[in-house]
Amino acid sequence: MSQQETVLYDAQGPRARRRTRIGTAVAVLLLLGLAYVVVQRLAERDQFSMEKWGPLIDPGNETFDAVWRLIGEGVVNTVRAAILAMVLSIVLGTLIAVARLSVGRIGRIPLIGLIEILRGLPVVVLVFIAVRVLPDVGVDLRGLPGGQVLWGLVIGLTAYNMVIFAEIVRAGVASLPKGQREAALATGLTSGQTMRLVLLPQAFRTMLPAIISQLIVVLKDTSLVTFIANYDELLSQGESIRRNLDNPIQTFVVIALLYIAINYLLGRLAQYIEKRQSGRGRSAAATVEQEAAPTAGA
Amino acid sequence: MSDVLENIDLFVDGYLTSLKIILWALAGSLPLGVLIAACRVSPIPPLRAFGTFWVTTFRNTPLTVVLFFCAFGLPELGINNSFFFFGVLGLVLYTSAFVCEAVRSGINSVPAGQAEAARSIGLDFSQGLRFVVLPQALRTVVPPLGSVLIAMFKNSAVVGAFGVGGDLWSTGLGLTSAQGYPALTIFGIGVAVGFLCITLPAGALLQVLERRVAIAR
Repeated sequence: MSQQETVLYDAQGPRARRRTRIGTAVAVLLLLGLAYVVVQRLAERDQFSMEKWGPLIDPGNETFDAVWRLIGEGVVNTVRAAILAMVLSIVLGTLIAVARLSVGRIGRIPLIGLIEILRGLPVVVLVFIAVRVLPDVGVDLRGLPGGQVLWGLVIGLTAYNMVIFAEIVRAGVASLPKGQREAALATGLTSGQTMRLVLLPQAFRTMLPAIISQLIVVLKDTSLVTFIANYDELLSQGESIRRNLDNPIQTFVVIALLYIAINYLLGRLAQYIEKRQSGRGRSAAATVEQEAAPTAGA
Repeated sequence: MSDVLENIDLFVDGYLTSLKIILWALAGSLPLGVLIAACRVSPIPPLRAFGTFWVTTFRNTPLTVVLFFCAFGLPELGINNSFFFFGVLGLVLYTSAFVCEAVRSGINSVPAGQAEAARSIGLDFSQGLRFVVLPQALRTVVPPLGSVLIAMFKNSAVVGAFGVGGDLWSTGLGLTSAQGYPALTIFGIGVAVGFLCITLPAGALLQVLERRVAIAR
Protein backbone atom coordinates (compact mmCIF):
# COMPACT_ATOMS: atom_id res chain seq x y z
CA MET A 1 0.00 0.00 0.00
CA SER A 2 1.79 3.11 -1.18
CA GLN A 3 -1.24 5.35 -0.63
CA GLN A 4 -2.09 6.28 2.89
CA GLU A 5 -5.61 5.71 4.06
CA THR A 6 -7.43 9.01 3.67
CA VAL A 7 -10.92 10.31 3.62
CA LEU A 8 -10.32 12.41 0.55
CA TYR A 9 -9.87 9.83 -2.17
CA ASP A 10 -10.38 6.18 -3.03
CA ALA A 11 -7.79 3.68 -4.13
CA GLN A 12 -6.70 5.10 -7.46
CA GLY A 13 -7.56 3.71 -10.86
CA PRO A 14 -5.26 3.80 -13.90
CA ARG A 15 -6.18 7.34 -14.93
CA ALA A 16 -5.75 8.78 -11.44
CA ARG A 17 -2.46 6.90 -11.09
CA ARG A 18 -1.21 8.50 -14.28
CA ARG A 19 -2.25 11.92 -13.03
CA THR A 20 -0.47 11.24 -9.74
CA ARG A 21 2.69 10.28 -11.61
CA ILE A 22 2.57 13.51 -13.62
CA GLY A 23 1.93 15.47 -10.45
CA THR A 24 4.85 13.72 -8.78
CA ALA A 25 7.17 14.60 -11.65
CA VAL A 26 6.09 18.26 -11.55
CA ALA A 27 6.43 18.41 -7.77
CA VAL A 28 9.90 16.83 -7.85
CA LEU A 29 11.00 19.35 -10.48
CA LEU A 30 9.60 22.24 -8.45
CA LEU A 31 11.23 21.09 -5.22
CA LEU A 32 14.54 20.42 -6.96
CA GLY A 33 14.36 23.87 -8.51
CA LEU A 34 13.73 25.38 -5.10
CA ALA A 35 16.63 23.41 -3.61
CA TYR A 36 18.85 24.52 -6.47
CA VAL A 37 18.04 28.19 -5.91
CA VAL A 38 18.80 27.86 -2.20
CA VAL A 39 22.04 25.92 -2.70
CA GLN A 40 23.10 28.31 -5.45
CA ARG A 41 22.50 31.26 -3.16
CA LEU A 42 24.41 29.60 -0.33
CA ALA A 43 27.34 28.78 -2.60
CA GLU A 44 27.37 32.25 -4.11
CA ARG A 45 27.65 33.72 -0.62
CA ASP A 46 30.41 31.30 0.29
CA GLN A 47 28.35 29.54 2.93
CA PHE A 48 29.81 26.07 2.28
CA SER A 49 33.37 27.10 3.09
CA MET A 50 35.27 25.06 5.65
CA GLU A 51 36.10 28.33 7.35
CA LYS A 52 32.46 28.55 8.41
CA TRP A 53 31.67 24.85 8.85
CA GLY A 54 35.04 23.62 10.12
CA PRO A 55 34.66 24.50 13.80
CA LEU A 56 31.34 22.62 13.83
CA ILE A 57 32.06 19.48 11.80
CA ASP A 58 35.81 19.02 11.44
CA PRO A 59 37.35 17.34 14.51
CA GLY A 60 40.77 18.47 13.32
CA ASN A 61 39.79 22.13 13.55
CA GLU A 62 41.44 24.03 16.38
CA THR A 63 38.18 25.41 17.79
CA PHE A 64 36.17 22.19 17.28
CA ASP A 65 36.67 20.93 20.83
CA ALA A 66 35.83 24.27 22.42
CA VAL A 67 32.72 24.70 20.28
CA TRP A 68 31.34 21.28 21.09
CA ARG A 69 32.18 21.66 24.77
CA LEU A 70 30.01 24.79 24.74
CA ILE A 71 27.23 22.99 22.90
CA GLY A 72 27.44 20.01 25.26
CA GLU A 73 27.13 22.28 28.28
CA GLY A 74 24.19 23.95 26.55
CA VAL A 75 22.36 20.67 26.04
CA VAL A 76 22.93 19.66 29.67
CA ASN A 77 21.71 23.01 30.98
CA THR A 78 18.66 23.01 28.70
CA VAL A 79 17.67 19.50 29.73
CA ARG A 80 18.30 20.26 33.41
CA ALA A 81 16.06 23.33 33.40
CA ALA A 82 13.37 21.50 31.42
CA ILE A 83 13.31 18.48 33.73
CA LEU A 84 13.25 20.58 36.90
CA ALA A 85 10.40 22.69 35.51
CA MET A 86 8.59 19.56 34.37
CA VAL A 87 8.77 17.78 37.73
CA LEU A 88 7.67 20.89 39.63
CA SER A 89 4.85 21.50 37.13
CA ILE A 90 3.53 17.96 37.46
CA VAL A 91 3.56 18.08 41.27
CA LEU A 92 1.99 21.55 41.55
CA GLY A 93 -0.38 20.94 38.64
CA THR A 94 -1.69 17.79 40.30
CA LEU A 95 -2.20 19.68 43.56
CA ILE A 96 -4.11 22.43 41.74
CA ALA A 97 -6.25 19.90 39.89
CA VAL A 98 -7.05 18.00 43.09
CA ALA A 99 -7.83 21.25 44.89
CA ARG A 100 -10.10 22.30 42.06
CA LEU A 101 -11.93 18.99 42.14
CA SER A 102 -12.29 18.97 45.93
CA VAL A 103 -13.26 22.52 46.88
CA GLY A 104 -16.82 23.70 46.42
CA ARG A 105 -18.31 25.85 43.75
CA ILE A 106 -17.28 29.13 45.42
CA GLY A 107 -13.82 28.00 46.51
CA ARG A 108 -13.14 27.13 42.91
CA ILE A 109 -13.46 30.72 41.67
CA PRO A 110 -10.01 32.01 42.81
CA LEU A 111 -8.39 28.84 41.46
CA ILE A 112 -10.02 29.25 38.07
CA GLY A 113 -8.98 32.92 38.09
CA LEU A 114 -5.37 31.93 38.79
CA ILE A 115 -5.45 29.31 36.03
CA GLU A 116 -6.91 31.73 33.48
CA ILE A 117 -4.40 34.48 34.28
CA LEU A 118 -1.34 32.25 34.18
CA ARG A 119 -2.56 30.57 31.01
CA GLY A 120 -3.26 33.91 29.35
CA LEU A 121 0.25 35.30 29.82
CA PRO A 122 3.17 34.67 27.47
CA VAL A 123 5.76 32.36 29.03
CA VAL A 124 8.48 34.87 28.27
CA VAL A 125 6.70 37.44 30.47
CA LEU A 126 6.38 34.91 33.31
CA VAL A 127 10.06 34.00 33.03
CA PHE A 128 10.97 37.69 33.07
CA ILE A 129 8.89 38.25 36.20
CA ALA A 130 10.44 35.21 37.88
CA VAL A 131 14.02 36.18 37.00
CA ARG A 132 13.87 39.96 37.45
CA VAL A 133 10.96 40.71 39.77
CA LEU A 134 11.29 37.99 42.40
CA PRO A 135 14.70 39.26 43.63
CA ASP A 136 13.20 42.79 43.81
CA VAL A 137 10.47 41.66 46.15
CA GLY A 138 12.94 39.84 48.38
CA VAL A 139 12.81 36.25 47.13
CA ASP A 140 16.41 35.11 47.31
CA LEU A 141 17.15 32.24 44.95
CA ARG A 142 20.92 32.61 45.03
CA GLY A 143 21.35 30.00 47.75
CA LEU A 144 19.82 27.26 45.63
CA PRO A 145 22.12 24.87 43.75
CA GLY A 146 22.47 25.93 40.11
CA GLY A 147 22.11 29.63 40.72
CA GLN A 148 19.51 32.34 40.63
CA VAL A 149 18.85 32.44 36.88
CA LEU A 150 18.28 28.69 36.60
CA TRP A 151 15.67 28.79 39.35
CA GLY A 152 14.09 31.96 37.99
CA LEU A 153 13.73 30.20 34.64
CA VAL A 154 12.38 27.06 36.31
CA ILE A 155 9.86 29.06 38.34
CA GLY A 156 8.71 31.01 35.29
CA LEU A 157 8.26 27.84 33.23
CA THR A 158 6.56 26.11 36.16
CA ALA A 159 4.11 28.97 36.70
CA TYR A 160 2.86 28.51 33.16
CA ASN A 161 3.05 24.75 32.82
CA MET A 162 1.57 23.81 36.19
CA VAL A 163 -1.80 25.22 35.15
CA ILE A 164 -1.55 23.38 31.83
CA PHE A 165 -0.92 20.22 33.83
CA ALA A 166 -3.77 21.01 36.18
CA GLU A 167 -6.02 20.99 33.11
CA ILE A 168 -4.47 17.78 31.77
CA VAL A 169 -4.92 16.03 35.14
CA ARG A 170 -8.47 17.29 35.46
CA ALA A 171 -9.31 16.00 31.98
CA GLY A 172 -7.59 12.70 32.80
CA VAL A 173 -9.61 12.22 36.00
CA ALA A 174 -12.82 13.32 34.30
CA SER A 175 -12.27 10.79 31.51
CA LEU A 176 -12.33 7.86 33.95
CA PRO A 177 -15.58 5.90 34.23
CA LYS A 178 -17.76 7.18 37.06
CA GLY A 179 -17.88 3.69 38.53
CA GLN A 180 -14.20 3.89 39.50
CA ARG A 181 -14.81 6.60 42.05
CA GLU A 182 -18.09 5.14 43.21
CA ALA A 183 -16.57 1.69 43.69
CA ALA A 184 -13.61 3.13 45.60
CA LEU A 185 -15.88 5.09 47.91
CA ALA A 186 -18.12 2.05 48.35
CA THR A 187 -15.19 -0.08 49.51
CA GLY A 188 -14.70 2.42 52.32
CA LEU A 189 -11.81 4.53 51.02
CA THR A 190 -11.94 8.19 52.00
CA SER A 191 -12.23 10.68 49.17
CA GLY A 192 -8.53 11.53 49.58
CA GLN A 193 -7.59 7.86 49.32
CA THR A 194 -9.90 7.45 46.33
CA MET A 195 -8.08 10.25 44.54
CA ARG A 196 -4.61 9.05 45.53
CA LEU A 197 -4.99 5.31 45.14
CA VAL A 198 -7.60 4.88 42.43
CA LEU A 199 -8.20 7.93 40.25
CA LEU A 200 -4.79 9.61 39.89
CA PRO A 201 -2.79 6.45 39.02
CA GLN A 202 -5.22 5.65 36.21
CA ALA A 203 -5.38 9.24 35.05
CA PHE A 204 -1.59 9.47 34.94
CA ARG A 205 -1.33 6.44 32.73
CA THR A 206 -3.62 7.90 30.10
CA MET A 207 -1.90 11.27 30.46
CA LEU A 208 1.62 10.01 29.76
CA PRO A 209 1.63 11.01 26.06
CA ALA A 210 0.32 14.48 26.96
CA ILE A 211 3.03 14.80 29.60
CA ILE A 212 5.75 14.00 27.07
CA SER A 213 4.29 16.41 24.51
CA GLN A 214 4.35 19.11 27.16
CA LEU A 215 7.98 18.25 27.94
CA ILE A 216 8.77 19.16 24.32
CA VAL A 217 7.12 22.55 24.83
CA VAL A 218 9.09 23.12 28.03
CA LEU A 219 12.36 22.13 26.35
CA LYS A 220 11.74 24.67 23.62
CA ASP A 221 10.70 27.35 26.07
CA THR A 222 13.94 27.12 28.08
CA SER A 223 15.54 29.03 25.21
CA LEU A 224 13.43 32.11 26.05
CA VAL A 225 15.85 32.92 28.87
CA THR A 226 18.29 34.15 26.20
CA PHE A 227 16.34 37.42 26.09
CA ILE A 228 16.29 37.89 29.84
CA ALA A 229 19.44 36.81 31.63
CA ASN A 230 22.63 34.84 31.30
CA TYR A 231 22.03 31.13 31.53
CA ASP A 232 24.19 28.91 29.36
CA GLU A 233 21.48 26.85 27.70
CA LEU A 234 21.72 25.56 24.14
CA LEU A 235 20.57 28.67 22.27
CA SER A 236 22.68 31.06 24.39
CA GLN A 237 25.72 28.90 23.71
CA GLY A 238 24.90 28.96 20.01
CA GLU A 239 24.59 32.72 20.17
CA SER A 240 28.05 33.12 21.71
CA ILE A 241 29.53 30.73 19.14
CA ARG A 242 27.96 32.81 16.38
CA ARG A 243 29.32 36.01 17.84
CA ASN A 244 32.86 34.59 17.97
CA LEU A 245 32.97 32.71 14.68
CA ASP A 246 30.60 34.88 12.63
CA ASN A 247 28.85 31.92 11.05
CA PRO A 248 25.15 32.37 11.93
CA ILE A 249 23.68 30.02 9.31
CA GLN A 250 25.97 27.12 10.18
CA THR A 251 25.71 27.53 13.94
CA PHE A 252 21.94 27.91 14.05
CA VAL A 253 21.46 24.96 11.67
CA VAL A 254 23.44 22.78 14.08
CA ILE A 255 21.60 24.17 17.13
CA ALA A 256 18.23 23.68 15.42
CA LEU A 257 19.16 20.11 14.44
CA LEU A 258 19.99 19.32 18.06
CA TYR A 259 16.63 20.66 19.26
CA ILE A 260 14.85 18.81 16.44
CA ALA A 261 16.63 15.54 17.24
CA ILE A 262 15.76 15.69 20.95
CA ASN A 263 12.17 16.80 20.41
CA TYR A 264 11.52 14.45 17.51
CA LEU A 265 12.62 11.47 19.58
CA LEU A 266 10.42 12.61 22.48
CA GLY A 267 7.49 13.03 20.08
CA ARG A 268 7.98 9.53 18.74
CA LEU A 269 8.14 8.20 22.29
CA ALA A 270 4.80 9.88 23.04
CA GLN A 271 3.26 8.38 19.89
CA TYR A 272 4.62 4.95 20.76
CA ILE A 273 3.22 5.03 24.29
CA GLU A 274 -0.11 6.28 22.99
CA LYS A 275 -0.31 3.46 20.48
CA ARG A 276 0.66 0.84 23.04
CA GLN A 277 -1.90 2.17 25.46
CA SER A 278 -4.75 2.23 22.99
CA GLY A 279 -3.98 -1.43 22.32
CA ARG A 280 -3.54 -2.36 25.96
CA GLY A 281 -6.03 0.06 27.41
CA ARG A 282 -8.98 -1.97 26.32
CA SER A 283 -7.62 -5.29 27.49
CA ALA A 284 -6.57 -3.75 30.80
CA ALA A 285 -10.05 -2.33 31.21
CA ALA A 286 -11.54 -5.70 30.36
CA THR A 287 -9.30 -7.39 32.95
CA VAL A 288 -10.37 -4.86 35.55
CA GLU A 289 -14.00 -5.57 34.77
CA GLN A 290 -13.50 -9.29 35.08
CA GLU A 291 -11.65 -9.01 38.33
CA ALA A 292 -13.96 -6.41 39.76
CA ALA A 293 -16.84 -8.78 40.33
CA PRO A 294 -15.13 -11.34 42.60
CA THR A 295 -13.27 -8.62 44.53
CA ALA A 296 -16.47 -6.74 45.15
CA GLY A 297 -18.11 -9.94 46.30
CA ALA A 298 -15.32 -10.86 48.70
CA MET B 1 -0.11 51.15 39.75
CA SER B 2 0.69 54.83 39.25
CA ASP B 3 3.84 53.78 37.38
CA VAL B 4 1.60 52.18 34.80
CA LEU B 5 -0.94 55.01 34.66
CA GLU B 6 1.79 57.61 34.17
CA ASN B 7 2.85 55.80 31.03
CA ILE B 8 -0.52 54.62 29.89
CA ASP B 9 -0.12 56.13 26.43
CA LEU B 10 3.11 54.15 25.93
CA PHE B 11 1.29 50.98 26.94
CA VAL B 12 -1.56 51.71 24.54
CA ASP B 13 0.98 52.21 21.75
CA GLY B 14 2.68 48.97 22.73
CA TYR B 15 -0.64 47.16 22.75
CA LEU B 16 -1.40 48.39 19.24
CA THR B 17 2.04 47.39 17.95
CA SER B 18 1.57 43.93 19.44
CA LEU B 19 -1.78 43.71 17.67
CA LYS B 20 -0.03 44.71 14.44
CA ILE B 21 2.50 41.88 14.81
CA ILE B 22 -0.38 39.49 15.49
CA LEU B 23 -2.40 40.58 12.47
CA TRP B 24 0.55 40.26 10.08
CA ALA B 25 1.40 36.86 11.51
CA LEU B 26 -2.23 35.77 11.13
CA ALA B 27 -2.32 36.92 7.51
CA GLY B 28 0.85 34.93 6.81
CA SER B 29 0.53 31.77 8.87
CA LEU B 30 -3.09 30.84 8.11
CA PRO B 31 -2.74 30.57 4.29
CA LEU B 32 0.74 29.06 4.59
CA GLY B 33 -0.44 26.50 7.17
CA VAL B 34 -3.43 25.51 5.03
CA LEU B 35 -1.15 25.19 2.00
CA ILE B 36 1.24 22.90 3.89
CA ALA B 37 -1.73 20.89 5.15
CA ALA B 38 -2.92 20.52 1.56
CA CYS B 39 0.55 19.19 0.69
CA ARG B 40 0.40 16.71 3.56
CA VAL B 41 -2.94 15.21 2.53
CA SER B 42 -2.33 15.32 -1.24
CA PRO B 43 -1.92 12.09 -3.20
CA ILE B 44 1.49 13.23 -4.47
CA PRO B 45 4.32 11.63 -2.45
CA PRO B 46 7.00 14.34 -2.82
CA LEU B 47 4.56 17.02 -1.68
CA ARG B 48 3.61 14.88 1.31
CA ALA B 49 7.28 14.42 2.16
CA PHE B 50 7.85 18.15 1.87
CA GLY B 51 4.90 18.84 4.19
CA THR B 52 6.19 16.34 6.74
CA PHE B 53 9.68 17.85 6.57
CA TRP B 54 8.28 21.35 7.10
CA VAL B 55 6.17 20.37 10.09
CA THR B 56 8.92 18.29 11.73
CA THR B 57 11.40 21.11 11.34
CA PHE B 58 9.34 24.01 12.59
CA ARG B 59 7.39 22.19 15.28
CA ASN B 60 10.51 20.86 16.97
CA THR B 61 12.61 24.01 16.77
CA PRO B 62 12.09 26.70 19.41
CA LEU B 63 10.58 29.90 18.02
CA THR B 64 13.65 31.70 19.37
CA VAL B 65 15.97 29.65 17.14
CA VAL B 66 13.78 30.31 14.11
CA LEU B 67 13.94 34.04 14.90
CA PHE B 68 17.72 34.02 15.35
CA PHE B 69 18.09 32.17 12.08
CA CYS B 70 15.87 34.65 10.24
CA ALA B 71 17.51 37.75 11.67
CA PHE B 72 21.17 36.67 11.54
CA GLY B 73 21.14 33.96 8.88
CA LEU B 74 19.09 35.56 6.13
CA PRO B 75 21.24 38.75 5.87
CA GLU B 76 24.17 36.42 5.12
CA LEU B 77 22.23 35.39 2.03
CA GLY B 78 21.74 38.97 1.00
CA ILE B 79 18.19 39.20 2.30
CA ASN B 80 18.09 42.41 4.29
CA ASN B 81 15.05 43.79 5.98
CA SER B 82 13.83 45.29 9.23
CA PHE B 83 13.71 43.35 12.49
CA PHE B 84 9.95 43.73 12.34
CA PHE B 85 9.92 41.82 9.05
CA PHE B 86 12.25 39.08 10.30
CA GLY B 87 10.30 38.80 13.55
CA VAL B 88 6.97 38.39 11.79
CA LEU B 89 8.54 36.03 9.24
CA GLY B 90 9.90 33.78 12.01
CA LEU B 91 6.53 33.77 13.76
CA VAL B 92 4.75 32.93 10.48
CA LEU B 93 7.09 30.02 9.67
CA TYR B 94 6.83 28.63 13.21
CA THR B 95 3.05 29.01 13.49
CA SER B 96 2.36 27.58 10.02
CA ALA B 97 3.51 24.14 11.18
CA PHE B 98 0.97 24.16 14.01
CA VAL B 99 -1.81 25.52 11.79
CA CYS B 100 -1.05 22.73 9.33
CA GLU B 101 -1.36 20.04 11.98
CA ALA B 102 -4.64 21.47 13.29
CA VAL B 103 -6.14 21.56 9.81
CA ARG B 104 -4.86 18.11 8.93
CA SER B 105 -6.26 16.57 12.10
CA GLY B 106 -9.61 18.16 11.21
CA ILE B 107 -9.61 16.60 7.76
CA ASN B 108 -8.58 13.23 9.15
CA SER B 109 -11.32 13.33 11.76
CA VAL B 110 -14.04 13.13 9.11
CA PRO B 111 -15.06 9.46 8.95
CA ALA B 112 -14.08 7.84 5.64
CA GLY B 113 -17.70 6.71 5.20
CA GLN B 114 -18.74 10.34 4.68
CA ALA B 115 -16.57 10.78 1.59
CA GLU B 116 -17.46 7.32 0.37
CA ALA B 117 -21.15 8.12 0.70
CA ALA B 118 -20.59 11.39 -1.17
CA ARG B 119 -18.89 9.54 -4.01
CA SER B 120 -21.53 6.85 -4.11
CA ILE B 121 -24.34 9.36 -4.61
CA GLY B 122 -22.41 10.72 -7.57
CA LEU B 123 -20.65 13.82 -6.22
CA ASP B 124 -17.27 14.36 -7.83
CA PHE B 125 -14.08 15.13 -5.90
CA SER B 126 -14.56 18.89 -5.58
CA GLN B 127 -18.27 18.57 -4.78
CA GLY B 128 -17.56 15.97 -2.14
CA LEU B 129 -14.89 18.20 -0.68
CA ARG B 130 -17.09 21.29 -0.77
CA PHE B 131 -20.41 19.91 0.43
CA VAL B 132 -19.45 16.96 2.62
CA VAL B 133 -15.86 16.83 3.88
CA LEU B 134 -14.82 20.45 4.39
CA PRO B 135 -17.96 21.64 6.23
CA GLN B 136 -17.42 18.89 8.77
CA ALA B 137 -13.64 19.28 8.86
CA LEU B 138 -13.81 23.04 9.44
CA ARG B 139 -16.02 22.55 12.49
CA THR B 140 -13.59 20.08 14.02
CA VAL B 141 -10.70 22.40 13.22
CA VAL B 142 -12.09 25.31 15.25
CA PRO B 143 -10.98 24.25 18.77
CA PRO B 144 -7.39 23.16 17.96
CA LEU B 145 -6.86 26.00 15.48
CA GLY B 146 -8.16 28.45 18.07
CA SER B 147 -5.64 27.31 20.66
CA VAL B 148 -2.86 27.44 18.07
CA LEU B 149 -3.75 31.03 17.27
CA ILE B 150 -4.01 32.09 20.92
CA ALA B 151 -0.57 30.53 21.48
CA MET B 152 0.62 32.61 18.53
CA PHE B 153 -0.80 35.80 20.11
CA LYS B 154 1.31 35.03 23.17
CA ASN B 155 4.34 34.22 21.05
CA SER B 156 4.17 37.75 19.66
CA ALA B 157 5.80 38.67 23.00
CA VAL B 158 8.83 36.59 21.96
CA VAL B 159 8.99 38.51 18.69
CA GLY B 160 8.86 41.68 20.79
CA ALA B 161 11.59 40.42 23.11
CA PHE B 162 13.63 39.80 20.01
CA GLY B 163 13.83 43.52 19.42
CA VAL B 164 11.01 44.63 17.15
CA GLY B 165 10.59 47.70 19.30
CA GLY B 166 7.49 49.55 20.33
CA ASP B 167 5.38 46.55 21.28
CA LEU B 168 4.16 45.70 24.78
CA TRP B 169 7.32 43.83 25.72
CA SER B 170 9.70 46.50 24.46
CA THR B 171 7.64 49.19 26.18
CA GLY B 172 7.96 47.34 29.47
CA LEU B 173 11.67 46.72 29.00
CA GLY B 174 12.31 50.33 28.02
CA LEU B 175 10.55 51.62 31.12
CA THR B 176 12.33 49.24 33.50
CA SER B 177 15.85 49.19 32.06
CA ALA B 178 16.25 52.67 30.63
CA GLN B 179 14.00 54.72 32.88
CA GLY B 180 14.40 52.75 36.08
CA TYR B 181 10.78 52.01 36.84
CA PRO B 182 10.33 48.95 39.08
CA ALA B 183 9.91 45.74 37.09
CA LEU B 184 7.21 44.58 39.48
CA THR B 185 4.59 47.13 38.50
CA ILE B 186 5.61 47.58 34.88
CA PHE B 187 5.74 43.90 34.00
CA GLY B 188 3.53 42.46 36.74
CA ILE B 189 0.72 44.90 35.94
CA GLY B 190 1.29 46.88 32.74
CA VAL B 191 2.63 44.26 30.35
CA ALA B 192 0.66 41.42 31.93
CA VAL B 193 -2.67 43.24 31.72
CA GLY B 194 -1.87 44.21 28.14
CA PHE B 195 -1.45 40.60 27.11
CA LEU B 196 -4.47 39.48 29.11
CA CYS B 197 -6.46 42.08 27.14
CA ILE B 198 -5.49 40.12 24.04
CA THR B 199 -5.67 36.50 25.19
CA LEU B 200 -8.72 36.52 27.47
CA PRO B 201 -11.14 38.04 24.93
CA ALA B 202 -9.69 35.74 22.27
CA GLY B 203 -10.26 32.75 24.55
CA ALA B 204 -13.85 33.83 25.28
CA LEU B 205 -14.51 34.36 21.58
CA LEU B 206 -13.13 30.91 20.86
CA GLN B 207 -15.47 29.34 23.41
CA VAL B 208 -18.50 31.04 21.85
CA LEU B 209 -17.37 29.92 18.43
CA GLU B 210 -16.79 26.36 19.63
CA ARG B 211 -20.31 26.18 21.01
CA ARG B 212 -21.69 27.58 17.75
CA VAL B 213 -20.02 25.03 15.53
CA ALA B 214 -20.07 22.04 17.85
CA ILE B 215 -21.55 18.97 16.20
CA ALA B 216 -22.59 15.69 17.71
CA ARG B 217 -21.09 12.83 15.83
